[in-house]
Amino acid sequence: MVELREAVDIVAAVLYIVGVMRLRTPATARSGNLIAAVGMVLVLAVTWIGQPASNLLLIVIVAAAGAAVGIWAGRGVAVTAMPQMVALLNGMGGGAAALVALEQVLAATAGGAGAPVGLSLPAVFTVLCGAFSLGGSAIAFLKLQELMTGRPITFGGQHVVNALVLLVLAVAGVWAIALGTGAADGLVVAVAVGGALLGVLVVLPVGGADMPVIISLLNALTGLAVAISGFVLSSAVLIVAGALVGASGFILTQLMAKAMHRSIGNVLFAGFGGGSQGAAAGSAAEGTVHPTQADEVAMMLAYAQLVVIVPGSGLAVARAQQEVRELMDLLVARGVDVRFAIHPVAGRMPGHMNVILAEANVPYDRLYEMERINSDFPRADVALVIGANDVTNPAARNDPGSPIYGMPILDVDKAHTVVVCKRSMASGFAGVDNPLFTMDKTLMLFGDARATVLALIGQLKEMAA
Amino acid sequence: MSIDPLQLVFVFVLAGFVGFQLISRVPPVLHTPLMSATNAIHGIVFVAAIVAASSAPGPLTFGLALAATFLGAANVVGGFVVTDRMLEMFHTGPAAGGQDHRG
Repeated sequence: MVELREAVDIVAAVLYIVGVMRLRTPATARSGNLIAAVGMVLVLAVTWIGQPASNLLLIVIVAAAGAAVGIWAGRGVAVTAMPQMVALLNGMGGGAAALVALEQVLAATAGGAGAPVGLSLPAVFTVLCGAFSLGGSAIAFLKLQELMTGRPITFGGQHVVNALVLLVLAVAGVWAIALGTGAADGLVVAVAVGGALLGVLVVLPVGGADMPVIISLLNALTGLAVAISGFVLSSAVLIVAGALVGASGFILTQLMAKAMHRSIGNVLFAGFGGGSQGAAAGSAAEGTVHPTQADEVAMMLAYAQLVVIVPGSGLAVARAQQEVRELMDLLVARGVDVRFAIHPVAGRMPGHMNVILAEANVPYDRLYEMERINSDFPRADVALVIGANDVTNPAARNDPGSPIYGMPILDVDKAHTVVVCKRSMASGFAGVDNPLFTMDKTLMLFGDARATVLALIGQLKEMAA
Repeated sequence: MSIDPLQLVFVFVLAGFVGFQLISRVPPVLHTPLMSATNAIHGIVFVAAIVAASSAPGPLTFGLALAATFLGAANVVGGFVVTDRMLEMFHTGPAAGGQDHRG
């Protein structure tokens, strides 16, 4: 019968891989998610085969309670709140992996059934990695949910403290393994607590703008913890699932860091991304700002052939996605080609802006990634920037002195006319002046993103009437 | 329960390789669902938690495994539900007039 369980594990591993494969196109993605879920149900169905089934009822009740919480949270969460939801789920997974490995260590001491491997390098590693992910994800959640400040929290000697904590944990881990099963249980518990503490310490100084990087990294670490827990439990399916997640997390971490022209080390150790240290790059906006009104912009949009909309965090904050979609509908009805230019770090997790716009019924074939849309800007009549800033800053391309020099940006400044909807002249996350705002071809439309877009919609409707 | 550790390393390396190949082809438009789906997949540790709980030798280990079971279950189910909700929103063609979204 154990063979049946192992066979099902193989099927499940294949289902996860097929599921992820189908996530490559929006049309097949939903079925991919379902296929992976079926894999999960299969593994669950054969869990008890060849296992002692004590306390079955209590375990089922607790599992059902967890599932109910998952359904409740998953159904209720707003799409704009997706990053904190993912952080929360990720922390739960990391915590679960750490607890399972810890349980295996303690169970070996107690001489439990099922002959746990006990204290081993994989067990200690899973405890440390999972606990780190739990602690880090908790802080990421608090920051994203705005239960604590999104600005970097820094103090003197922070890196030294972090390095020391890591060193102490590594020494404790190795020492625990050397002492062996039974003698070092307390030490492993200490590694768990210390790992969570280190996660907290490392994420505290990370600013709001760097959240896409840190969420991806925490996701990768949980994946890694789960994969290594597969070594503790001799379970190949845990290893396959964890390795898939780890690979996904590491790829996304790299993509996000590249999109911000930062190294991962820089994100973790620089405390940037919150404006506090944003180099006071001098040169207070030279040139003049050209303010404009909604009626003038509406006229330009109505008679344009190609309009590229650049959504940024200002749009998400003002919850203007429905209004932007309505604006798109009105323009499309007039025969205007409307495209959305999505920077990889728009939003607070990888791909977040796409989901926000998809929720507002913007078809995904109008969502263009940076590489695809940049060649379109020179023939765009209007580039409409709504609440985005740093990702449109031409200084990243042509001012080697700028702190964001080298960051890949949307080439908004190459459009015929640029309209920037913005609340004020304040600088973005990076605290850098944006020369785009004072270019001759740039018109500034000041105000809250939602109110501004509503005004544009009103003007366009009047024109049509 | 007794697979050669080296074989497990083999599985790990191959799965990691497949993961890198597959995931580097996921387009940016789907990065958020990708992350939440993989998030759900790592919730498989939930199954390990159940195994641990049903063979736990004492109240302390049982408690730890139960806590892991709860967290893992919420992780798996929440992850798949959230991903499905997001992917349901992706559609192509002319905007359908705002009928099919829910709060």
